[in-house]
Amino acid sequence: MKRIYSVLVENRSGVLCKVAGLFSRRCFNIDSLAVGETDDKNVSCMTIVSSGDLRTIEQVEKQLNKKIDVIKVKTFDESQSISRELMLIKIKYNKSNRRDIMENCEIMKAQIVDMSTHFMIIQICDVPERIQLFIKMLQSISIVEVARTGTLALSKCTE
Amino acid sequence: MNGADAIIKCLEKEGVEVVFGYPGVAICPFYNSILDSEIRTVLIRTEQNAAHAASGMARVTGRPGVCAVTSGPGATNVITGIATAFADSIPLICITGQVNSELLGSDVFQEADITGAVESFVKYSYLVKKAEDIPRIMKEAFHIANTGRKGPVLIDVPIDIQNASLGKFEYPEEISMRTYKPTVKGNTVQIKKVIKELEKAKRPIICAGGGVLLSDAQHELRSFADKHRIPVVTTMMGIGVMPTEDPFYFGMVGNNGKPYANRAMNESDLLIMVGARVADRAVSQPDLITENKVLVHIDVDPAEIGKNVGPTIPLVGDAKHIFDDLNAEEFSCSHEEWIDTLNEYRKTMAPKRKPNPDFVDPAELIRLLSLKMKEDSIYVADVGQNQIWSCGYHIVRKGMFLTSGGMGTMGYSIPAAMGAKLAAKDRQVVAVCGDGSFQMSMMELATMRQHDIPVKIIVLKNNYLGMVREYQHYTYKDHYSVVDLSGSPDLEKLSAAYDLPFLRLSDMENVEGVLDEFLKEDRSVLLECLIDPYDLVK
Repeated sequence: MKRIYSVLVENRSGVLCKVAGLFSRRCFNIDSLAVGETDDKNVSCMTIVSSGDLRTIEQVEKQLNKKIDVIKVKTFDESQSISRELMLIKIKYNKSNRRDIMENCEIMKAQIVDMSTHFMIIQICDVPERIQLFIKMLQSISIVEVARTGTLALSKCTE
Repeated sequence: MNGADAIIKCLEKEGVEVVFGYPGVAICPFYNSILDSEIRTVLIRTEQNAAHAASGMARVTGRPGVCAVTSGPGATNVITGIATAFADSIPLICITGQVNSELLGSDVFQEADITGAVESFVKYSYLVKKAEDIPRIMKEAFHIANTGRKGPVLIDVPIDIQNASLGKFEYPEEISMRTYKPTVKGNTVQIKKVIKELEKAKRPIICAGGGVLLSDAQHELRSFADKHRIPVVTTMMGIGVMPTEDPFYFGMVGNNGKPYANRAMNESDLLIMVGARVADRAVSQPDLITENKVLVHIDVDPAEIGKNVGPTIPLVGDAKHIFDDLNAEEFSCSHEEWIDTLNEYRKTMAPKRKPNPDFVDPAELIRLLSLKMKEDSIYVADVGQNQIWSCGYHIVRKGMFLTSGGMGTMGYSIPAAMGAKLAAKDRQVVAVCGDGSFQMSMMELATMRQHDIPVKIIVLKNNYLGMVREYQHYTYKDHYSVVDLSGSPDLEKLSAAYDLPFLRLSDMENVEGVLDEFLKEDRSVLLECLIDPYDLVK
C-alpha cells in the first residue's frame, strides 16, 4: 500500500538525517523523498512516499510524530492528493529521431529546455506514472542522464 | 562568563549534584569551570560507565543523571551507556566536548560526529553552535530528557564555544517548543471504556512495566489493584512495582519469568498492559495476549501502542495520571474464583531447582540476601544467568531493583550501583554480577575507592559466560565456543590490590554468617560465590 507523508519540520541542519535515519533504522521503505522550504523560512516540508501494510503505515506516522524536530505529519493516499514530480532528462539525438522526440514531447506536454547539436534536455512535470511512461517512450533513444525530484504532494482542496 | 561556566550554571539551576565523566582536551573548559561549583565530579575509569552511573543515579532520584566526556573516543565510548539508557527510557544528560567548531568536518585529532553516531539511541541531541544558545539548550535538554517517555539527550559542545564569552546569563523560566508536547493525561472516554470492561471481566490482570516506575506510579497502581483485587504481574523492568510477597503479585512474565505469571497473563480475559513495550523477551507470542481477551495498552509514548500488538483499548498518557483517574472512578468488579485459580497456579507451577550441594546455590543465596538486606535497599542486577536468578529470587520489599532490561548490557551493575549509592547515601546498595560481567566493569573498583562509594559487590563465579553457554548447550548440543573464562584474575588478590575487604562462599554451609558479615556496616566488600558451571543446563 502506497502512502504519502507530508511532514513539516524545523528547518535546521541535521533534520533530514534524523528523518531519513528513522526510516532506515525501522526498516520502513522510502520510495521517494523531496525536501524544500515552505512559505515560512524556519519550516521545511518533506514529502515522503512510502509503502507498507496498515500497521507499518501507522507506525511510520507515530514514529515521525515522536521526532522532536517534526512539527506536523499529514498523511494521505494518492487518491486524496494532488501529486506531481519534475524530471529533467538529457538525451542524445540525431536527425532521424528528432522529429519523433518532439512529437513525444508534445503528446506528453514536455518541454525541451536546452539543446546542442547532439544533446537535448527535456523537462516534464506530471504524476509519477506519466513520468515513468515518458521514460519508457524515450527508451529507444539513448538516454544520457535523468534527474527527478521525487513526488511532491498536497492534500486535495476541500471546502 | 564563558560557555563552560554557563553549562555549569545551568546544571546548578537544574539541581545537579554529581557529574560522572572522563576529561580530555575538548571538555577541559567544562572541567575547569566545574571547580568553582559545588557540583561533585566523579572520575570514572571508562566512559561507558559514566553513562551507566548517571543512569543508576537517575533511577533513584527520578531526575536526569549527568555525564560529561571528551570528544572522539570519549564520546564514542559513551554510546553503549547511552543506548542502554535509551532502551530502558532512563533520563540522562550527556555532555560531550567537541573539536573547535571551525574545524568540524575536517577529521582533525579526536573528532567524531557524535550527534550523527548516537542519533538512533537518543531522544534528542544538540550540537551547540553559539554560546548564547547554551541556557536555552540546557533547559530544553533537561525538559526533554525527563518528560513524556524519558530518555537520554546528548549535547555536543565544541571547545571554542565552551571558551567563548557569553554576554549575560539568563536561565529561561519557560520552555517554548512547538514540536514537543507529550500527552500525560489520559482520554476520559478511553478511561470510561476501561472501567466498563473491568466491570464485565471475569479474569482481569495488570501487567506493569518499567514505565510505571519511571512515572512513579507504583503507589497509585497498588492502590488500584488492592481496592479491586486485581492480580498484577510485571515485566523485568517492572520488578519493584509490587512488593514480591504481596498476595496480588504473581511474578515476572516472559521467557525467563515465572510459568504461572505467563499462564495468568495468557488466560486472562482483560489484560491491562501499562508502561511496557510488549517486547520479545516479555511476550514471546504476542498472539496469546490478544486472543480471546480485551487488551488495554497504557503508555505515554503513542508509538508503543500498536507497535508489537494491536490493543482493543489504546490509552495514551502518564501512568500516574491514569491510575489517579482510574482510582477516582467508583465501580465494582468481582473475580474471586480467578484469584483462587492463580493462587493454585502459583502453588503448583513454581519452578523446582535441584541445586548441586558442592556449590553455592545462587537462587537460595539471592533469596537469603534479599531478606537480610535492609527493607529499602537497592539491588542492582547485571546481565547473564545472574540476572535471571536475580529476577527470579530477589525479594523486593520497599527497595528498588535495577537492571539493564532492554539492551542487556553486561557490566551495568557496578557503575549503576555507584550512581545509585551516591543518590541514596543512607541506603544499602548491592551489585550482583557474574564473573563475565564483573570483568567488564572491574576497573571501577578504583572509582569506588577514590570517591569512597561504599557499594557491595557479589560475583557469582562459574568460570563461564553462563548464559551463552546455556544457549550453546541447548542450540548447539554442547558445542561450546568462546565462553570459557580461564585466565580470570584471583578475586581475593584483586580485592587486596584495591584494598577492599574480600569474602568467599564455596558452598551453602555458613551462608548466613558470610552474608551477615558482607552486609555489616556501610562499606564496600567483594563477595565471591562459587557456583556450579552446569547449573541451568542439567
